[in-house]
Amino acid sequence: MGPTMPPVPDPGPDLTTQILELGGPGDVPAAPILKPGEPGPEPPPVLDLDGVSRVYPGPPAVAALRAATLRVTRGDYLAIVGPSGSGKSTLLNLLGLLDRPTSGTYRLDGVDVSGLAERERTALRGGRIGFVFQSFHLLPHRTAVENVMLAQVYNGRPRRHRRAAALAALGRVEVGHRAYALPTTMSGGERQRVAIARALVNEPAILLCDEPTGNLDSATSLRLLGLFDELHAAGLTIVVITHDATVAERARRVVRIVDGRMDELPAGAVR
Amino acid sequence: MRLRRRRAIPERSVFRLPDLIAEAVAGILQRPARSVLTTLGTVLGVGAFVAVLGLTSTATGQIGKHFDALAETTVTVTDAGESGVSFPADADQRINRLNGVVASGVYWNVPLRRPVIGSAPDVRAESRGNAADLPVYAASAGALAAAKPAVRTGRLFDAFHDKRGEHVVVLGPAAAGRLNIHQLSGRPAVFIDGRPFTVVGIISDTERLPELLLGIVLPRATAEDLYPAPDPAVNPAKMVIETRLGAAQLIARQAPVALRPDGAGLLRAVPPPDPRSLRDDVDTELSGLFLALAGICLVIGAVSITNTTLVAVMERVGEIGLRRALGARPRHVAGQFLTESTVLGALGGLTGTALGVGVVLAVALAREWTVILDPATVLPAPVIGALTGMLAGLYPALRAARTEPSEALRR
Repeated sequence: MGPTMPPVPDPGPDLTTQILELGGPGDVPAAPILKPGEPGPEPPPVLDLDGVSRVYPGPPAVAALRAATLRVTRGDYLAIVGPSGSGKSTLLNLLGLLDRPTSGTYRLDGVDVSGLAERERTALRGGRIGFVFQSFHLLPHRTAVENVMLAQVYNGRPRRHRRAAALAALGRVEVGHRAYALPTTMSGGERQRVAIARALVNEPAILLCDEPTGNLDSATSLRLLGLFDELHAAGLTIVVITHDATVAERARRVVRIVDGRMDELPAGAVR
Repeated sequence: MRLRRRRAIPERSVFRLPDLIAEAVAGILQRPARSVLTTLGTVLGVGAFVAVLGLTSTATGQIGKHFDALAETTVTVTDAGESGVSFPADADQRINRLNGVVASGVYWNVPLRRPVIGSAPDVRAESRGNAADLPVYAASAGALAAAKPAVRTGRLFDAFHDKRGEHVVVLGPAAAGRLNIHQLSGRPAVFIDGRPFTVVGIISDTERLPELLLGIVLPRATAEDLYPAPDPAVNPAKMVIETRLGAAQLIARQAPVALRPDGAGLLRAVPPPDPRSLRDDVDTELSGLFLALAGICLVIGAVSITNTTLVAVMERVGEIGLRRALGARPRHVAGQFLTESTVLGALGGLTGTALGVGVVLAVALAREWTVILDPATVLPAPVIGALTGMLAGLYPALRAARTEPSEALRR
């Protein structure tokens, strides 16, 4: 595990800052004001969707997501399942700040992101969310470590610190030995691990995975899920969007979307 | 409220210049062969531009075929005064002091009214031996030297004769033939209106002042002693100055002042034609045509960069989406592609400039010309390439910036 990456940032000062910065109880209703030295009672959920809808304007208008309400707390491991066309991608785009909800409130790490300018949403996206894609999206002409370093370009980390952080992230996902290999020479599992290292290198609040095992064989998938378990055990918040039951059953919570409607399944229901 | 909320976002995406350049260069180096081909149009355009301008200036800079070293080293100063001779008595010395002067002297056509000129004292006005039509010239010793005569026999008169006003003459070949004087062994003399002048030499040719070939030349002081000064309106006194190569223009500017600091306007110096105006004019229509071709090449280069960058943008949609997901703002994406195309254009411009200079060198070597390249055309040439690349990259960069990350990431 890389020394530079505590999996969960200390919530206490974070919360205080947010309350001070946000300027009042109107913004964060659930959060009480902290006194110095007192341990924070309940940190704000990492993800907090409240009646979020997304309607694609028509004609005909399509309601891809209807009044979704979801809370993901720190250290959660959530799977979102559903058949294709159910609204999974819409939810992913909303969660990843790649799209704006038509209505409803979305708080990321306690910050209401609906009112933010695109510039700030972009910064949040780069800094707080680690994306893992089905097709990895590694740049083929760059080595693993360079691919991981790419994630640090836009958040202003000094160049001289990037390589060390990238190597640490690669070591954390156990592909440190392939740091200077090109993605084209790597196995699918190795590539996805490099992609996860890239997602982790900025110490995000949440790892947002879109069908992470979609391009992997079952044995490799299982090993990757083992990695997710480890990351989860280390305190990382993980949201996995999948239609694969074996992936979903490893998660602590499972949410199903059908026709844009979201229901949380009781624990163990996927099995 | 809104402002304070914004402040709650600690960071803002950045894309520092070193990163921008590194990413752009990496993008170019990803596909080196394609990048090279892409720059071809710019290479040709800028190369043609540099080559045409370089060849034009080189060819124009060569000294024309009409160049005449003798004419280029001759300055003539003409008396523009009201009357008499405006040249001071020490004109030769004054001019010889100027740097760049080899020899100089004053001369004029001595105004004689119906003279009687013969080789014997008994020649009369109506006699057959009267060579009254021979021109008589007064020339300072310096003028005679500057004329660079070839002496057939005898010698030229010198500053000593000139200073003392000795009654000596030098004959041009035509005058010698007319007066039937061919040898100096008999100490021949020329009688002008009965006054004898010893013939000290006969010249066969001169480089300057060919009029001396026709006449009788006597020292300036002698002419001033014996004869009236010439009328500047009819046949003004002149000064001939032989200069070193390249000094003529300068001497022409300096001579009137050096001669007559009190009245430089009395003298008018005529420099030889400027050697630059003697240069063979290169066919400007042809070079204009080539420049137009260079412009067309540049346009083609720009289109090809646009095309390639557009293809690259489409190919790299996934990369664009990824960068957006990693926190890149649309302007960062646009900046990256714009920088890529600008760097491509600049590389093409640099290569083209090098090739263009090479072509100019090769042509100049083959023709044994001196290469003349204006830094004002060579140095900005790579910038032209960069500008072409930048213009060409505008549209693809905008396209890249407008790419929806959610769409791009679905691939």
